[in-house]
Amino acid sequence: MSHQSTYNPGTGIERWIDKRLPVVRLGYDSFVDFPTPKNLNYWYTFGGILAICLMVQIVTGVVLAMHYTAHTDYAFQSVEMIMRDVNYGWLMRYVHANGASMFFIAVYAHIARGLYYGSYKEPREILWILGVIIFLLMMGTAFMGYVLPWGQMSFWGATVITSLAGAVPVIGEPIKTLLWGGFAVDNPTLNRFYALHYLMPFLIAGAVILHIWALHVPGNNNPSGVEVKDVKKDTVPFHPYYTVKDGFAIIVFLLLFAAFVFYMPNTLGHPDNYIEADPLVTPAHIVPEWYFLPFYAMLRAIDFNFLFINSKLGGVLVMLGSILIWLVIPWLDRSKVRSMRYRPIAKQFFFILAFAFFGLGWLGAQPAEGVYVVAAKILTLYYFAYFLVILPVLSVTEKPLPLPRSIAEAVLSDKAKKGKARSPAPVTAGGAQPAPAE
Amino acid sequence: MTIKRILGAAAIAAAAIPGAAFAAGAVKAYKSPEWYWDGPFGRYDAAAMQRGFQVYREVCASCHSMKLIAFRHLGEAGAPFHLEECPAELGLPDSVDCSDPAQNPIIRSLAAEYTITDGPDEAGDMFERPGLPADYFPSPFANPQQAAAANGGAYPPDQSLIVKGRVDGANYIYSLLTGYPDEPLNTIEVPAGQYYNPYYPGDTLSLMKEEYLHDGHIDEEAVRRDEDPKYVSSDGHVYGGAFKMAAPLSDGIVTYEDGTPETVEQYAKDVVSFLQWASEPKLEERKGMGTYVMAYLFIFAAVTYGSYRQIWKSVEH
Repeated sequence: MSHQSTYNPGTGIERWIDKRLPVVRLGYDSFVDFPTPKNLNYWYTFGGILAICLMVQIVTGVVLAMHYTAHTDYAFQSVEMIMRDVNYGWLMRYVHANGASMFFIAVYAHIARGLYYGSYKEPREILWILGVIIFLLMMGTAFMGYVLPWGQMSFWGATVITSLAGAVPVIGEPIKTLLWGGFAVDNPTLNRFYALHYLMPFLIAGAVILHIWALHVPGNNNPSGVEVKDVKKDTVPFHPYYTVKDGFAIIVFLLLFAAFVFYMPNTLGHPDNYIEADPLVTPAHIVPEWYFLPFYAMLRAIDFNFLFINSKLGGVLVMLGSILIWLVIPWLDRSKVRSMRYRPIAKQFFFILAFAFFGLGWLGAQPAEGVYVVAAKILTLYYFAYFLVILPVLSVTEKPLPLPRSIAEAVLSDKAKKGKARSPAPVTAGGAQPAPAE
Repeated sequence: MTIKRILGAAAIAAAAIPGAAFAAGAVKAYKSPEWYWDGPFGRYDAAAMQRGFQVYREVCASCHSMKLIAFRHLGEAGAPFHLEECPAELGLPDSVDCSDPAQNPIIRSLAAEYTITDGPDEAGDMFERPGLPADYFPSPFANPQQAAAANGGAYPPDQSLIVKGRVDGANYIYSLLTGYPDEPLNTIEVPAGQYYNPYYPGDTLSLMKEEYLHDGHIDEEAVRRDEDPKYVSSDGHVYGGAFKMAAPLSDGIVTYEDGTPETVEQYAKDVVSFLQWASEPKLEERKGMGTYVMAYLFIFAAVTYGSYRQIWKSVEH
């Protein structure tokens, strides 16, 4: 909720600044006294975690850029020089490479949270749309970043994915030539990918600022999906309540991050990328990074022509559509109830969607043949049906459970339920939040 | 709860779909000896790496390059010939810092054993000189084409990153080096200039002798009857494939000075130790730092969680 500013400049310097550029006031109102629903669970900490991820990627990325050479003859060697000869270069590179994976783990959790609690609904549509745009920018940035080490998977991944542009009728070929800067993936491709890989994180940062702005106008959604009625009873100030809770979540997340960086830095990558790119040798299996696998599975699921659309174009449309469809979810799901907690039927379909998404991820890593393609087709169909059929129909037919009158009441009824479920012992104030699925 | 249930169901579903990917061209499951560098506190074994370097130098280096490795790398922390301080018996002056690879006497004499082509000099001519710590390992061939021509048309891959560039690289290379059969197999016919190995990801179908094939299909029973079972997969195929590298190691081919057994297994273990280091030279620094980072984050997490409980104590949430 955009609220009345409560900032009170205490010192002379603060008053002087406040009169000229109220930047301290902006920070105070946004991150200190910002009224935040008091029932946010740990699924709501991924926003803060993502902000940290972006900063880590930019800082390590800038350092890596100081040592990297964007030329097909030197790129692979320059990355190995970073690994072997630059002080802490191995650390910078492993943090950056695994940081991309961590970024995607967090963003998928963040998106799932938004879908489950209906965070895309009125009045947060623009907030949600900005999120989808950030996700698209992230995918582009990650894809181009993976090309830069100029290993086998860099080269062949770039070849496969950029070739998809050629599926678009009429303008497809010119777009592909423009992406490549020529007639094959080569030095001009590497150069423009490097330039764009450096540019796009700053576009993401800009979109993130808008995203946070759009969050701070209507305020946070919350697990009950009920709007704040009484700021005093329903909310707590962001600081210290959520700085400490987000902080704890961020540190736990960093533990996972560090476990990958220090103990299994290459587990999420592909061994072929430690072989320098060779346009004459095609790897046995060209597989994208794990975070693209669900979409890759949808791309490959379309192996049939449909009317005038051939299978290649169909695959591209389905893959793009699977993300672009998120832009219109606020208007596909017309239910007035935000949170799946109070939508018993929609909730079941949501968990099937989560299962389908994991399933597609697994299928994306399997060869595109036989039973795998059939399974991918079924799951792709469900994925689209969830947004295009199930949500719109349930908006009308589903009878939601009674909503709590306020956030404060939701908290009390959760407590009572939890106490009953656990033991006959008196209810104790638990620090941990109930998991959203319960 | 529900999420756990769904993930469980997903795992079961994943396991239920048959592994069609592994039906053709399967390789034998790799041997997996215990490696020094495994685990969160894993380190390198300098003696094994030194022997491994000797094996590389005397055997592998006649075909395989290691372009990313310089002599100085061998003297860095965590590397085969790193010295914390100068050996007293050499009587070097105090000003020499042997922990610096450029001053390390082992590295200097090692590099000097190589002849490096340098230049051009002031007259515009290339000249030869003894190697320096800053020089990179010289390659056995002038270019990939020459290397391929000398090796039956197959380019021996550079070994600088061979362990990280293969799936389960250390176990794969160890298995490959120790996996060549002593006697030719009964059921396959390997063309001249090629060598069969059950761990090489190739194809044995095209090598099957005619009597074991019926309309392009393998006569599984006959294969099982006539072949050593250690080369036969569960679906009656012969594991692995044939490629251009003959078994490079044999017992006694390299003479160890420290009394270590001179067997193929030992050579393979040592050379994999060396190649593992070459792929990941900063492993010791990485795992060492990891211990501190994890400990720090655990403590920080505990303190923050305590603050969280304290701050939220009076709020119903």
